[in-house]
Amino acid sequence: MPATITQAPTTASETKGPNLISMLWRDKFAFVSVIILLLILVSALIGPALLGDAATQQNLRGRNFPPFSFERGWLFYLGGDALGRSMLARLIVAAQSTIAIAAGTVAAAMVVGTILGLIAGYMGKVVSQVIMRLADVIMSFPSLLIAVVVLYVLGPSIPNMILVLAITRVPIYLRTARAEVLEVRERMFVQAAIVMGATHSRIIVKHILPVIAPTILTIATLDFAFVMLAESSLSFLGIGVQPPDITWGLMVSQGRPYLSSAWWLAFWPGLMIVIAALSLNLLSNWLRVALDPTQRWRLEARRTKSV
Amino acid sequence: MIKLIGQRAIASIFSLLVLMVLVFFLSRLTGDPAVLFLPIDATEQMKEEFRRLHGLDRPVLEQFWFYLQDLAYLDFGESLRKARPALEVVLEAYAWTLPLALITMALVMVAAIVLGSLAAFKTGGFFDRLVSIISLIGASAPDFWIAIVAIVIFSIGLGWLPTSGVGTPVHWILPVAVLFIRPFGLVVQVVRGSMLAALQAPYVKTARAKGVKNLPLIFVHTLRNGMLPVITVMGDQAAALLNGAVIVETIFGFPGIGKLMIDSILQRDFNVVLAAIMVTALAIFIMNVLIDIAYGLLDPRIRY
Repeated sequence: MPATITQAPTTASETKGPNLISMLWRDKFAFVSVIILLLILVSALIGPALLGDAATQQNLRGRNFPPFSFERGWLFYLGGDALGRSMLARLIVAAQSTIAIAAGTVAAAMVVGTILGLIAGYMGKVVSQVIMRLADVIMSFPSLLIAVVVLYVLGPSIPNMILVLAITRVPIYLRTARAEVLEVRERMFVQAAIVMGATHSRIIVKHILPVIAPTILTIATLDFAFVMLAESSLSFLGIGVQPPDITWGLMVSQGRPYLSSAWWLAFWPGLMIVIAALSLNLLSNWLRVALDPTQRWRLEARRTKSV
Repeated sequence: MIKLIGQRAIASIFSLLVLMVLVFFLSRLTGDPAVLFLPIDATEQMKEEFRRLHGLDRPVLEQFWFYLQDLAYLDFGESLRKARPALEVVLEAYAWTLPLALITMALVMVAAIVLGSLAAFKTGGFFDRLVSIISLIGASAPDFWIAIVAIVIFSIGLGWLPTSGVGTPVHWILPVAVLFIRPFGLVVQVVRGSMLAALQAPYVKTARAKGVKNLPLIFVHTLRNGMLPVITVMGDQAAALLNGAVIVETIFGFPGIGKLMIDSILQRDFNVVLAAIMVTALAIFIMNVLIDIAYGLLDPRIRY
């Protein structure tokens, strides 16, 4: 704790920055996860521009080229797919759609769910009941089945996928936000703000939202992994992303017919999903501790000892 | 108790109605089954006849009204694909999925309780690490990928297990194992957390002071109190198991409800989709009621 106190005079952003990074360094798993996630993010951003050609260039002589050999250059170190395209290049290019769908879904579900949750928690009983019953409808049924039905009707495309997945994830944020609001609303500083005549919107945005934001962010990190898995399941079933777009889930599905002869076609993309989801899970664990003021000492304690 | 079941029933029926209306009208938008089911050179007249035979030539609202009327007599209509009552087709599929789900959940329960309790008893020990590794895998690995890797290793590589089908008990090993991982990972975490809390209670100290051995202390004295949150999560997971069933049944060619749903949706067999949704909702409802009863049995302080 002393370390934070000495930094107190500087501006808020300065104290927060180094704090979070050194706290991240304390937890080696979380640190590695962040690096992996950054790498994936970079490949999603610049991968298609850099390797787009390599990922689509077919070479029928290199069909199902086995991995772990530099014979055909480093792009084929992870092998070639059924049309002789480089697996590595395709994995990197596929990161873009995979991340874009998951990010779009999580962002949409988080914003809509949090807003509805704030309303349901803050407003009167009737509004709250209506919102909660709608959430119950969505929650009452296995999400994958809903997604399958709706996607089949709407036609599988990336925006539709984001829409459907976001709808199935909204209740998670909604319920969390509402539960938190119900508790925060009763605290003294909110009561004080009401007494001082603050408007509803000011109370919600300035007083309640900052308190519940860390919880929502932690859930969003975890949810990112979940959505990635859901998207890959849908793509795997053939009602998600359609070629020529590729995601890791679709690549697994495309590699499935060649399981007995070329295991790497389905193995690598699945492994990418596992690595990304695992990193997100570990990061979420760290966030849960780091963003909770009553738990944060676990990550700061060792540093104070060394100071 | 009766009042609680009534409340739950009303809530479920409401959810079900919304879902039914949604699916009914959405599925009518997917396209014309006549085109899909009749041969490609079918004349316009044949298509007309097909539509009239299955009531698809009426306005959608009228179709819905007739559907509701039939539903009142528990008539879910006929499966276009199999030319048999849709309910019969769905129940047949459930006869496969139900044992699959029950076996999986029973294994999850036993394994999660044993490993989770041991992990909580010795935090940081071997079981604790095992538990955290498995639950991380369960939360991070897509089940279709696990299934594929398992097929590559055990069926293709080692040749021990069949790749798909349902002929013998051996055929069940891979589907159950793949379905097991995700719920196990989640439930075991809850067991661990709730046992950690329960082991702090004063009565545990008393029991220990009286000389109760470790194993009876965990599994007789503490477990019952640690079980309540576990049961809630088990219920959620049993419902979520259907998500996994869609994937696992598709991969392993298992003729259960998940595969039936996917096949029926892809082939526009509306009646089967709707019947499957309603039977599933009923199954989830019954399970929730059973969980409430289990609550009361485990903790006599809970009164309805």
